[in-house]
Amino acid sequence: MKTPFPFSAIVGQHEMKQAMILTAVDPGIGGVLVFGDRGTGKSTAVRALAALLPPIRAVESCPVNAPKVADCPDWAELGSKKLVTRPTPVIDLPLGATEDRVVGALDIERALTRGEKAFEPGLLARANRGYLYIDEVNLLEDHIVDLLLDVAQSGENVVEREGLSIRHPARFVLVGSGNPEEGELRPQLLDRFGLSVEVRSPNDAAERVEVIRRRDAFETDPEGFMQTWMPRDEEVRDTILKARRKLPKIQTPDAILTDCAELCIALGSDGLRGELTLLRTARALAAWQGARKLRREHLREIAPSALSHRLRRDPLDEAGSGARVRRIVDEVLG
Amino acid sequence: MSVPSDSWQRAALGLSLLLFDPRHLGGAHIRMRAGPARDRVLASIRPMNLRRIHPGITDEQLFGGIDLAQTLEAGQVVENSGFFQSKVNALLTMAERCPAGLAARLAQQLDRDAGHCILALDEGAEPDETLPAALAERLPLFISPDGRMPADWGLVPAGTDTREPASVTASPEVGETLTLLAAHFGIDSLRVPLAALRVARVHAGFNGRAEVTAADVEVAAALVFPHRATRLPEEPGDTSEPPPPPPPDQDEDTGGDQGETSTLPDGDILVDAVRALLPADLLAGLVPAGTAARSGGAGAGKKRKGNRRGRPLPSRPGRLDGTSRIDLVATLRAAAPWQPLRRKAQPDQSGLLIRPADIRLKRYEEQSDRLLIFTVDASGSAAMSRLNEAKGAVEMLLAQAYAARDHVALIAFRGTGAELLLPPTRSLVQTKRRLASLPGGGGTPLAAGLEQAATLATQSRARGLTPTVVILTDGRANVALDGTPDRATAAQDADRFADVLRAEGVSALVIDMSARPQEALRELSARLGAPYLALPRADAQRLSGAVSAALGG
Repeated sequence: MKTPFPFSAIVGQHEMKQAMILTAVDPGIGGVLVFGDRGTGKSTAVRALAALLPPIRAVESCPVNAPKVADCPDWAELGSKKLVTRPTPVIDLPLGATEDRVVGALDIERALTRGEKAFEPGLLARANRGYLYIDEVNLLEDHIVDLLLDVAQSGENVVEREGLSIRHPARFVLVGSGNPEEGELRPQLLDRFGLSVEVRSPNDAAERVEVIRRRDAFETDPEGFMQTWMPRDEEVRDTILKARRKLPKIQTPDAILTDCAELCIALGSDGLRGELTLLRTARALAAWQGARKLRREHLREIAPSALSHRLRRDPLDEAGSGARVRRIVDEVLG
Repeated sequence: MSVPSDSWQRAALGLSLLLFDPRHLGGAHIRMRAGPARDRVLASIRPMNLRRIHPGITDEQLFGGIDLAQTLEAGQVVENSGFFQSKVNALLTMAERCPAGLAARLAQQLDRDAGHCILALDEGAEPDETLPAALAERLPLFISPDGRMPADWGLVPAGTDTREPASVTASPEVGETLTLLAAHFGIDSLRVPLAALRVARVHAGFNGRAEVTAADVEVAAALVFPHRATRLPEEPGDTSEPPPPPPPDQDEDTGGDQGETSTLPDGDILVDAVRALLPADLLAGLVPAGTAARSGGAGAGKKRKGNRRGRPLPSRPGRLDGTSRIDLVATLRAAAPWQPLRRKAQPDQSGLLIRPADIRLKRYEEQSDRLLIFTVDASGSAAMSRLNEAKGAVEMLLAQAYAARDHVALIAFRGTGAELLLPPTRSLVQTKRRLASLPGGGGTPLAAGLEQAATLATQSRARGLTPTVVILTDGRANVALDGTPDRATAAQDADRFADVLRAEGVSALVIDMSARPQEALRELSARLGAPYLALPRADAQRLSGAVSAALGG
């Protein structure tokens, strides 16, 4: 298998790249939803992100990538208990995935051949401490969506079926992508994504040509291309690590809290998740940019991604809700 | 060498390139009905060593897993290797039936760049019966020859001194030309120009050239772009959009000292070349942006077959693949008659002897309820003409709906807005009462009515109903969405909501209740992709008959 296209070589799409980096800085933000046309680099960015993320330490044979032997679930049969460094898991959830594959199920083979009752962990277990990527998330079947909502909220996967009673941690960053022409997402699921970005094919001819040029260079000479871009990817990775260390020290003035609340009231977003995500993302952004204190610029920059998907949908608003958020941000923050 | 204008020759060229280097190209979408012609086409690419896969293939077969049949037989775990564990040239038969999940997984395999090649053999007869877009987009070539196959049809022989496509160089202008050309035809996806660039490389290598030339670019554009075009390029002189800048003449400074071969064709010539190859029905297929194909028939609620819930169907033999539930009783029943025989064959085994062939899987069929959303024009003009007849017709339909256990909802629009008079219900009495008290008068805010209908349709679909919108009106919208009496805006708003309804895939029916059939309503129904019924001087009986005929119910 070839190395994925380097993250820093993706042309344009600043908002999408930034949103993905921010979830790496603070996984608590709660995921990114990328909506846009086909062939705009959605999948490329997610796969590139996998290569960019700092590795994690985990127990070698643990099915849920637990960091300590004590944290491994009791049903897991641990082979090697060595701590190993492995890349942050980025797990693909294919559209046709069944409930059994997602949450895990009775290991039928072992039940049939050896008569043992064993649990076969599913995709949620593998995605623990990492990313769960759903391409075409809007086409996902409803019952799987319900399931994901439940687990994403509780951070724990509970399986109670066929005589099994299993639970294990399942904390992951949900990354969804899709094409809005093929169907809308339910508001409940939308709300669970921390950030949402819209990507469009670049209209600028020069930018399009640059995309093709880089991709072509990557395809014809992967090694040379990686050599050019690897240092930049490493730079990004170092900055992510630095930002992670800085994050707890970011100061949040009360005035900014008021701004957050006023912004959300003006936009009429439901619930308080909007404020919370806005604040969290703004702090992550501040850490990423190396600031010590949260400022209005941070709010302003991140508000469209954090809030645009939490508004009531207006089917005739062709400019998209991002423009609405920007307008109101300008009004509130002056 | 120029691009052959005959579709069969183009197909031959495409297939020859595919045969020459399947790995570099990644695949093709072949759309042909079964027949001797297709057999010959497939025979021509036999050296590719195609392995067939079908839309029902399970994950275990694709990616490897435990071989259940062998495991049960041997009493120990036997694993089989998956289809995609080594480089493979796959032929996906009946590709038009490929479910979205499989398409996503195949697309993933192609994205991994692991050297697979996928040929999707699409037998779809109807335009909307085709390969899922996620996969179609990743297959560079589209091969769909029409007309009679020439008797002497055959592949194009490769050049004498072929080269590895990966070693073929392409000047930056090649990528630029192809990108701009794709943009010209409204192809937004950037995967497409990349695919074209790959085709150009393969074509150059095929002809033994070390660098991509004008001819390669032309061939690539002809093989990759036409079927993906979403709009016709502007005519020269049409200045609504600035024409893309012509590729700058920098051939010299890129070190392309290949003489006259490295000059690229002028953008306009390429545009014309591709335009000549655009499918004839392109214009017919150009639906307004953002409108997806409407889902078919509008009979009763859609039937959905599944293995999770709904009314049980007889169970089927099958293999356990994690997507279905075992029907234990049927499995035991299937195994029962064989017990004595199997016991004789394996006397040392105790207990029931169950073979994989005995396994029966549960299947269910779910029928979602239909919801008829009556969107009735109660404006002054309608009240004058035939509001009472419409009411009578709706009442008769209600009786039928009651018999079919359909749900009914009633929306009336008049004056400055629309009102949901009756949320989805099965109560006939209530509906009749609301209908009888429906007052008339005011303007025709068609957009507001459509908005209400669209909202209700989306909501009800989320609740598992299959909505059908029946629009009864007498003509032109004259009140805009914000309540202002402005004909132009009103018509625009109505059109936009019609697009929303169509994009949502809601089936609809437009009933013209004016004295004279209105052209505007015919346009509306075309926009909705809905049947249109003009009922000059129809009585309630005929109206109801026409509606039930149109709804197939």
